[in-house]
Amino acid sequence: MGFDSAYEAITEDLDDHRWAFGTGFDDPLKGVDTSLPVGVDGGDLGAYCLMLGDDALIMSHRLQQWLTRAPELEEETALANIALDLLGQARLLLSRAGAADGTGRSEDVYAYLREEPEFRNVGLVEGIDEDFGALQARLLVFSSWRLALMARLRASRDPVLAAIAENAVKELTYHREYAADWVIRLGDGTAYSHARVTAGLAALAPITGELFDISDIEQRLTQQTVAVDPALLREEVSEVLADVLARAGLGGPGGAELGVLDRADPAGAVGAARLRGRAGVHTAALGPLLAELQSVARTHPGATW
Amino acid sequence: MSTPVDARAIAEGVPDPELPMLTLGDLGILRDVTVDGTRVRVAITPTYSGCPALRAMHQDVEHALRVAGFAEVDVRTQLSPAWSSDWITCTGRRKLAAAGVAPPNPAPQRGAGPVPLTLSARRVVRCPQCGSTDSTQVAAFGPTACTALYRCGACAEPFEYLKEI
Repeated sequence: MGFDSAYEAITEDLDDHRWAFGTGFDDPLKGVDTSLPVGVDGGDLGAYCLMLGDDALIMSHRLQQWLTRAPELEEETALANIALDLLGQARLLLSRAGAADGTGRSEDVYAYLREEPEFRNVGLVEGIDEDFGALQARLLVFSSWRLALMARLRASRDPVLAAIAENAVKELTYHREYAADWVIRLGDGTAYSHARVTAGLAALAPITGELFDISDIEQRLTQQTVAVDPALLREEVSEVLADVLARAGLGGPGGAELGVLDRADPAGAVGAARLRGRAGVHTAALGPLLAELQSVARTHPGATW
Repeated sequence: MSTPVDARAIAEGVPDPELPMLTLGDLGILRDVTVDGTRVRVAITPTYSGCPALRAMHQDVEHALRVAGFAEVDVRTQLSPAWSSDWITCTGRRKLAAAGVAPPNPAPQRGAGPVPLTLSARRVVRCPQCGSTDSTQVAAFGPTACTALYRCGACAEPFEYLKEI
């Protein structure tokens, strides 16, 4: 090869458009059999994949916003890598959505050209972390919940979803480990770090109820053993959090006093108070996030360079 | 004319873009190489969902096979079974250690149930320089998602550890 400059090297192949928006990425499901399992509604499966994909996409973006702001370089590389894993999961899931729902829409169309009410992520991933303690608290709850969900999805009757979940479990195990390490370190650290992570966990308590709600789509897909009933995850997630919080010296024995999950409003509580991200109802924080995420794609539609 | 054996050897010999001391064969990500005349189809299993090297791997395999004379090269993704660091060959492990990267411990054998909570302090990692297991994790994620950073307590050298997954 031998190039005079790095720029020359990346422009070597003239047929290969480099990415600006919507170009240059291979379909992450290239060559994968995406036919629907017998009896499964493609629209439902596509909508379910959007829920799971949007959780990963929005959480990934929030983590990316920490880059250049993390307290140490080591944490910045960790957050970048976790964001990258989640972005990879989002790409696969959004691609699966487009293949399943029959529209053939690409991952980019879903990520960049949907309006806020069309997103199906839970509210937990939308919030802006006030500090590093709040970030680790959120990451612990998110990764514990998503890991429990993906572990069960490995048995999904949709082989594509099951395969995506298989890889996601391996990745999320490390994400949870990272967040658990930090929550323990902060909780068991100085009075200040203890106070920050406690405040971070307490702030999440009112918004975790939604994580265990089931939507109509999930209900139908659960009956077909394609999806997982989120209510089944509560006990497992609760146990993991209690274990970590106890080690962190947070919230009394077993972390019970902190009640990250238990203080959430019970099912059937006043609808307005409960988050309903799966129905496209979002917190005020999502709009500005999407404006940033989608700005290049919307300013320069179909641009290549 | 290249034969099926040649095609597999060519694809296996392509270096990994992020861990160039390893070939794709060493990494254990090549699932299938099928030759039909001047056409060849290759199936690759991704390591991590977001691994940015995957695209480069696909392109490098395609390039190597085209140079070898194949007119049509079809590189596909095969998601299942998911890649495990256990698939890195013995040769690959020796190359990693020689390059100062600690090869992965055996991946946990987990059933279908919940994944038990792990904490980094429980992991014992052997220093690739001096062989001591007196090492401490410095960073949970290294320059890529697949590595963590450690420091050896015996020889004081920092090193990368290829995580078990």
